[in-house]
Amino acid sequence: MGLIASFGKYLLFIADVFRKPERQSVMYKLVVKEVYELGFKSLLFVIFVSLFVGAVVTLQTAANMQGSWMPRYLIGFATRDAILLEFSPTIISLLLAGKIGSNIASSIGTMRVTEQIDALEVMGVNPVTYLVRPKIFALMFFNPLLICLSMFGGVIGGWISGTLSGECTSAEYITGIQYDFIPFKAIYAIIKTILFAFIIASVSSFHGFYTQGGALEVGRSSTRAVVFSSVFIIVTNYILTQLLLN
Amino acid sequence: MIEIKNIEKYFADKKVLKDVSFTFEKGKTNLVIGQSGSGKTVLLKCLLGLHVPEGGVINFDAADIVGKSNKNLKYLRKQIGMVFQGGALFDSMNVEENVLFPLQMFSTMSKEEMLQRANFCLQRVNLENVNHLFPSEISGGMKKRVAIARAIVLNPRYLFCDEPNSGLDPYTAILIDNLLQEITHEYEMTTVINTHDMNSVMEIGEKVLFIREGKNVWEGTKSDIITSENQYLQDFVFSSELFKTIKRFHK
Repeated sequence: MGLIASFGKYLLFIADVFRKPERQSVMYKLVVKEVYELGFKSLLFVIFVSLFVGAVVTLQTAANMQGSWMPRYLIGFATRDAILLEFSPTIISLLLAGKIGSNIASSIGTMRVTEQIDALEVMGVNPVTYLVRPKIFALMFFNPLLICLSMFGGVIGGWISGTLSGECTSAEYITGIQYDFIPFKAIYAIIKTILFAFIIASVSSFHGFYTQGGALEVGRSSTRAVVFSSVFIIVTNYILTQLLLN
Repeated sequence: MIEIKNIEKYFADKKVLKDVSFTFEKGKTNLVIGQSGSGKTVLLKCLLGLHVPEGGVINFDAADIVGKSNKNLKYLRKQIGMVFQGGALFDSMNVEENVLFPLQMFSTMSKEEMLQRANFCLQRVNLENVNHLFPSEISGGMKKRVAIARAIVLNPRYLFCDEPNSGLDPYTAILIDNLLQEITHEYEMTTVINTHDMNSVMEIGEKVLFIREGKNVWEGTKSDIITSENQYLQDFVFSSELFKTIKRFHK
């Protein structure tokens, strides 16, 4: 019963996000600010992780193909598909749920416990529209770009590790990443990313917004935000894969 | 003027406000006093529309706000200034941006006019050369003054303050009290101040409501307090040695 009530509360919260803002011009500035704070500041982290994971995926694929009859270009093919279909959209989104989600929940939670949200409300500013909407829009806009960079980084990481370790030649790897490429797989990855971005921003904001108490509760909200965002991402990933790929 | 009649507020089965009636007068500093947990903050939040009372009437110059939706309260909220206990300044904005915020959201002024108005309000609360500092870089007293500047920047008709001088040294507390009283008189606002600081009561209590266990048990002015025979009020106000001595001296 508590879970259903919470879900209902979440839906009402989302409805509030899409109410007309007090000042549209202020909203544009906030979205740009959030793109920088939440998206741009994650750029290096995402590229760094992607490079190394791409490298590891390549080495593991090569290790599994040791002594088999399969052509070496399949290393590039497997790396590309693993990164494109699952690693970049899902695993990077899970990592961002930790990095960005905890940031969102703790910043909004702190605003709640220090009465900054009450101050907005008393002024007649809808706090949900003002605080949450820019974060959702910023992440839904910027995360697909981040994920594209992650895909690129992962494939480059695989190429570096594959050629440096001598598991495949540069030509074999490049043939592999071009082999049997279906553009819809990239679209599928982008669709997933946009939905995951919405989940990260909205679920984390929701937990931050309804924080009650003090610093301890802000920490708890932050943890809950990461846990629930991750669970929602995993479940949505399954549903989307079933709907779009099968 | 704000008039409240028979306000009742429950939290679960607990009745926190019991038939509270009072008139907060225009151009006066109206103080709500009482022990911690007596219902002062709940009453203030009812006045602000943050809590909805289960019974009673709250008239802001004859307009009842009880049960009104946020949409309907929007117009009224633009006429309200609020100073929260901790200041509630936005951490991500500097002093100037905090004061500019209500203007950017609701006024039709040009950028230059907004800046002029914000600087005027900061000067009015005796703050200069702090425009570009962040809330974490200024003292508690300065935070309260910035909060007052932000509260008055839209020329509100009603000003609410929750424990405006809690955590301040006695000298700064009196400065804040006097500033609130001056502003109230200057702009003819209806000011409601929640406090349990007896210095404030004796300094600026032009109209005082004493709440005990959610009930209005006494009302009057600061000068009435000394002569009042209400035992609860006497116990509350004259609980410290200093005030007991003052009372003895007065007698």
